[in-house]
Amino acid sequence: METKTLYKKLTSVFLNWLFLFIVWNAFTSSFQAQEVITGLIISFLLALFTSRFFDCCSLRVLHPVSLFYSIVYVFVFLIALIRSNFDMAKRVLSPSLPINPGIVKFKSKLQSDFAKMMLANSITLTPGTLSVDLIEDTLYVHWIDVKTDDPEKVHAEIAQQFENILLKIFAE
Amino acid sequence: MKEVLEIIGALFVLLGGIFLFLGGLGIVRMPDAYNRIQAGTKATTLGGMSLILGVGLMETSWLIKAVVIIIFIAFSNPISSHALARANYKRKNFPYLKNTKGVDAYKDAYLNENKEEQS
Repeated sequence: METKTLYKKLTSVFLNWLFLFIVWNAFTSSFQAQEVITGLIISFLLALFTSRFFDCCSLRVLHPVSLFYSIVYVFVFLIALIRSNFDMAKRVLSPSLPINPGIVKFKSKLQSDFAKMMLANSITLTPGTLSVDLIEDTLYVHWIDVKTDDPEKVHAEIAQQFENILLKIFAE
Repeated sequence: MKEVLEIIGALFVLLGGIFLFLGGLGIVRMPDAYNRIQAGTKATTLGGMSLILGVGLMETSWLIKAVVIIIFIAFSNPISSHALARANYKRKNFPYLKNTKGVDAYKDAYLNENKEEQS
């Protein structure tokens, strides 16, 4: 038990360190030795403090399969974002305002909090949906054009494409 | 090369501006807060992303910083809209439904939660 929590803590610190180091390099974008070394030290110190609040995932996210699906996810997400903007533009610009709003719910298969947050965020940016609340594993989604209120169908319509990729990234 | 990038960047900025305008129009036209948040979030996310990417392309030394800002926007914007929508429901502003058949599946969960708080 003791070693397991220590392992989890070290993983969290390491992932935070990696993330903060990448952000540091992106912001300085000079790649001189002194900048990189300063970044290593500062991001390690920050990771020690922030790892308590931000323990998202296990080391599995650095596995090549996860990284590949992360890239796939970015593209799926961007396409959904652009489609949702055109969808919204169409609704806003048509004089009759074709909306049929309502709040629907469905159950998510994802386990970890971080994966559920990613799913809720993605749903907010897909066409016509806005996640309102997340209670345990039930997501409540405001849908601008309600087609069905059956949880299974709602799940297939809104969440399926993101959830399948997230399941592969976080390997649940 | 620099001129071409500048033109492409300007086009991205223009596109971002158009989406931001449509978002503003949506906020004026929509009937209730939830629909307004929908219009606002989507437009500001893609509009802001495209605008910042355009600036990054015009001034190539800012490109990596622009990408980092885009990632932060993609993470923080939906969270803020979720917080707004949830807070709005807790203030008892129930969503606008077009007719009596409209569904509001959140109401039960909301009432349950309130009952627990009172007892």
